[in-house]
Amino acid sequence: MALTTPFLTFTAKLLSGATARWLDCQPDTCQRVYFANHTSHLDALVVWSMLPRDVRAVTRPVAAKDYWEKGPIRRYLAQSFNALLIDRKDIKVHQSPVDLMIREIGDLHSLIVFPEGSRNTESEMGDFKSGLYYLSKKRPDLELVPVFIENLNRVLPRGEFLPVPLLSCITFGPPIWLEQREPKGEFLKRARDSVRQLKER
Amino acid sequence: MMQSAFTSLLSSSNWFCQLLAQATISDLLDLKTIILLIVVLGFLAGAYITGHVLRRQPNTSVHPALIRTFNARIQAWGLMCLIVALAFLFGRMATIVLFGLISFWALREFITLTPTRLGDHRALFWVFFVFTPLQYVLIGMGPEHYSFYIIVIPVFGFLFIPARIALSGDYKRFLERAAKIQSGLLVCVYTLSFAPALLDLQLETPTSNGPPKPWEGSNAGLLFYFILLAQLNDVLQYVWGLWLGRRVIAPEINASRTWEGFFGGIASTTLIGTLLWWVTPFSVPLSACMAAVIAIMGFAGSMTMSAIKRDRGVKDYGTLVEGHVGILDRIDSICFAAPVFFHLVRFFYLAE
Repeated sequence: MALTTPFLTFTAKLLSGATARWLDCQPDTCQRVYFANHTSHLDALVVWSMLPRDVRAVTRPVAAKDYWEKGPIRRYLAQSFNALLIDRKDIKVHQSPVDLMIREIGDLHSLIVFPEGSRNTESEMGDFKSGLYYLSKKRPDLELVPVFIENLNRVLPRGEFLPVPLLSCITFGPPIWLEQREPKGEFLKRARDSVRQLKER
Repeated sequence: MMQSAFTSLLSSSNWFCQLLAQATISDLLDLKTIILLIVVLGFLAGAYITGHVLRRQPNTSVHPALIRTFNARIQAWGLMCLIVALAFLFGRMATIVLFGLISFWALREFITLTPTRLGDHRALFWVFFVFTPLQYVLIGMGPEHYSFYIIVIPVFGFLFIPARIALSGDYKRFLERAAKIQSGLLVCVYTLSFAPALLDLQLETPTSNGPPKPWEGSNAGLLFYFILLAQLNDVLQYVWGLWLGRRVIAPEINASRTWEGFFGGIASTTLIGTLLWWVTPFSVPLSACMAAVIAIMGFAGSMTMSAIKRDRGVKDYGTLVEGHVGILDRIDSICFAAPVFFHLVRFFYLAE
């Protein structure tokens, strides 16, 4: 695994031609939740690869179990980038994804999440699922860092398996927190807007 | 006394250059090319030092932003020049691979800026991973594939791209999308590939009496002459424009390109091209003509790419993706001038 990880991040960077922009936010190893728009299967891998090495070491992308556990290669790749696999189909009450995430990160790890749930094909972002809200309600100390992913959906669109090596851009924005007694709907809308605003900058 | 010292200096420097020529592992470089490369690199090094000395000085009349731009430019050219020199040192294949990689990256920038749709994905895959490598593989296979590499993109690629897009079943803005991908492939790959193709031309020089004799110079020198003039023309047009520029040619497209800059640039590029006749198979007046053609085509390339950038609402191809150097911004003039220069040389100087 130690061998494939540098290779994997290198390939991801090369293929996506990605650049990272940090706007009003600096890379840090403190516990964070990076939340991004979801456009491509490459999202989790590329955002993770664009983090500096020491930050990457404590960051785990949250990815869909049904996709990343299909076949030995995907399973191996998911292991290599230290993915936290979530079952989207079979959500139990006592084993909710949010509980699983909180248990897995402990007081060390950060997460990369995609609150839209599934990749959207529209150009406009979908509404955020409530996971982000419950996550920060239970762990209000986590910094929520909005991330805007640009152009990756053209590198590897939905339903394609051959990538086209265009240039993409990953923008990290200023962190937000859940305000005291902020209603769920309002918070999710604010979070979604914070990602969308990065598009303009 | 003076004269003997000068002669011995000359002979020792000559000996040094011969040693250099023998030491290189590549057959691309000859003495003249090495001299030209060293002169240009030395000039850039001088400019680099000047720029940094200027930056250190607190009270200069020159604007600090201008110095910063100047330094960045000089650094970029120095790097470019070093890479080209290294490629020459490693030989013909390395040079072709280098240009192939430049094309690939330029195409990346071009298509990134071009709005394509999901239905273009498969066609784009072909463009990036079949047509682009194929063009350079054909160039690499040698001049006997000339009749194939001049048509593979403009004929087969031209027909293939819209057909492949049609298969995907998305008809929205169909002609526009096909045309954009075709243009990208032509501008970034096809035209640029004629620069390394120069290396394979068997050239001859006309003699004043009797049949032409084979040219003994190096084609790498000719290629460097071409790149140097195309790049210099960019700078000279800019400098002349800053100095004397009054009448802007097309303010909507590029506010810094003026008629004064255009003519000043062409005149000075032609002058430099004339002075560099010794690296080429051309006679002195023909070297001047070739330099003028390179200058005019380079100008056309810059204007065309500026128009595309304006349409997309960006300043540089590099700005979309911050931190990336826009390669396309640097090579637009070379792209337009390469096929014209190649074919002029081929038409007038190809050995029978």
